[in-house]
Amino acid sequence: MKKVMMGNHAVSYGARLSRVQVISAYPITPQTQIVEELSELCARGELEAKFIKVESEHSAMAACIGASAGGARAFTATSSQGLALMHELLHWAAGARLPIVLANVNRAMGPGWSIWSEQTDSLAQRDTGWLQIYCESNQEVLDTTIQAFKIAETLSLPVMVILDAFFLSHTYEPVDIPDQRGIDRFLPPFQPKVKMDIRDPHAFGALVTPEHYYEFRYNIQKAFERATGVIEEVGREFGEHFGRYYGLLEEYEMDDAEIVLVTSSTITSTARAVVRERRARGEKIGLLKVRVFRPFPFAAIRQALSGVRKAAVIDRNISFGHHGIFFSEIKSALYGQPDAPRLFGFIAGLGGRDVTPETIHDIIDITQHESKPQQDIYWIGLKSAGQKATAPKTAAVK
Amino acid sequence: MEARNYSPKDFRSDIKPVWCPGCGDFGVLNALYQALAKLQLPHEDVAIVSGIGCSSRLPGYVKTYGFNSIHGRALPVAQGVKLARPETTVIAVAGDGDGLSIGAGHFPHMARRNIDLTYIMLDNSIYGMTKGQMSPTTVEEQPTKTTPYGMVEDPINPVKLALAYGASFIARSFSGNIKHTVQMIIQAIQHPGFSFLHLLSPCVTFVGRDQFDLIRSLSVDLGNEHDPTSVEHAWRVAEEVGRISMGVIFEADKPTFEQRYEHAKQLAHQAGDGDFRNLLKKYRVAA
Repeated sequence: MKKVMMGNHAVSYGARLSRVQVISAYPITPQTQIVEELSELCARGELEAKFIKVESEHSAMAACIGASAGGARAFTATSSQGLALMHELLHWAAGARLPIVLANVNRAMGPGWSIWSEQTDSLAQRDTGWLQIYCESNQEVLDTTIQAFKIAETLSLPVMVILDAFFLSHTYEPVDIPDQRGIDRFLPPFQPKVKMDIRDPHAFGALVTPEHYYEFRYNIQKAFERATGVIEEVGREFGEHFGRYYGLLEEYEMDDAEIVLVTSSTITSTARAVVRERRARGEKIGLLKVRVFRPFPFAAIRQALSGVRKAAVIDRNISFGHHGIFFSEIKSALYGQPDAPRLFGFIAGLGGRDVTPETIHDIIDITQHESKPQQDIYWIGLKSAGQKATAPKTAAVK
Repeated sequence: MEARNYSPKDFRSDIKPVWCPGCGDFGVLNALYQALAKLQLPHEDVAIVSGIGCSSRLPGYVKTYGFNSIHGRALPVAQGVKLARPETTVIAVAGDGDGLSIGAGHFPHMARRNIDLTYIMLDNSIYGMTKGQMSPTTVEEQPTKTTPYGMVEDPINPVKLALAYGASFIARSFSGNIKHTVQMIIQAIQHPGFSFLHLLSPCVTFVGRDQFDLIRSLSVDLGNEHDPTSVEHAWRVAEEVGRISMGVIFEADKPTFEQRYEHAKQLAHQAGDGDFRNLLKKYRVAA
């Protein structure tokens, strides 16, 4: 059944179809509608789940941890500052190997206060032990939310489903909703490997001496190494059930491409249209979408970019004092590869500034024009000193 | 310093409030302009610190120092400002979601510490900025977007909390009664130590216009029989059902954090611990 819905509700429907059992969340723009819809579904009895609106995001993740350890399929959603407040517990959820699914709406961090799109919030959580999947469309949001539970429960690891603020969260698109019976076949009920059970008692979160801690970490890394295969397998299986296939990356016009744009999230859709236009002019431009950021798909990236002359990575995020975060990860993946492309790093669209087709054209032009990067970072669409910003006036503090 | 004669409009900043038409917070803002003018506080001697939420937009609309800080953290940030700039009149502004939910953990510690600052809680019993979810003060019969069929949790009574936490000044007012709100803000600012003002400020958009009428109909003035220095009287007000008493509920004469800190410093000095060389002598190892 097709329905026109906003990205936030695509998450809600994904969670509903996955038959989540405990939902714990705190309101934050631009996420709130995800849990609002879920609370409504719970209240109407359309979803057999316990919904709790807790007192902070920190508590939201804590409740998910408790629920998951109790054997329930647990879900939460947040954004930006809320995700940052969860930080301590994100480590905990992963360390405890709890298959919690969290939807994060990418929003810039304050100050200055912003509610608009930027990926730095979720990327700053990259070392917490969560898988991270970035979505390009509302369809992908719904499908990924469902797959996320299967991936998480297969690996005993938490998964973050990530969507852009407003460009997806509040934008309405047609979404095909799979039927519940199909989803039930694809995603059987959660069978926790360890849970609170009197017949098989366990202690949770006990002190671990240096005797054992190291091996726990090794095991998590091993699970992440398995994760690329699991994500591909789950994406394939989903395709067999519902006709939409998903992988680690998505290639567009890559066969004979000399210059490749590397993107994630909604910037990809704009880039795809621009690539189509440049292809029509006979230019050999391709596009590589990175869907999965953790585990980082090293092998797939190397293979996709092998033999490409130049690649331009577009980051709607920044690691201060370093680079765009996708750029630096891709660069590390290509280290020592004999046929690696010259890599150009572009920052664009921070704090929700529009990345328009013109922005993408500029990026392609620069990459075409320069034989090798002239700058560590290219800031695209930066207002020069003489240009007046058109941003609304902020509170004058004297 | 030259004498300045401030009028309320001198405290109006050039930022136009983005609150919904009819929002109770306009009343609070007006009352604050008037209170600051009555106190003749120079702009540069006042800092207003807020968290996140509709009410937390307030500092931007007042011509003083202003901080729109982090969700729930108005109190600790205000505390930092007061410690760094003790001569400043520091006012923390928070909503019920901000101050009783995510930031509730700061409330007891600020109260027991008795730092000389004013904490104004603008209570509309809803998360207005995120468009209408239940808050810690939402009452049972009030449906919200996260509780479409009514509340399943008990509301928090902020005055009870303040009393239990040992706040040295507790008052309540209603933004629909600007005259009274002005008085309460002035008294809260003048009180030495931590003062808590529970300010009912309706949300016409997500609760409805009825909230004004309901509060007005339940409002009663704390009469002369009420003795704000009596903890018993204060508890009676805090526990009351079916009416909302307005006025100074409790006021205690308690040394402030700053005074006690100075006192501790003096004791250390008298004990000779204030001298670093003396301290070092304690740990001298014989050669």
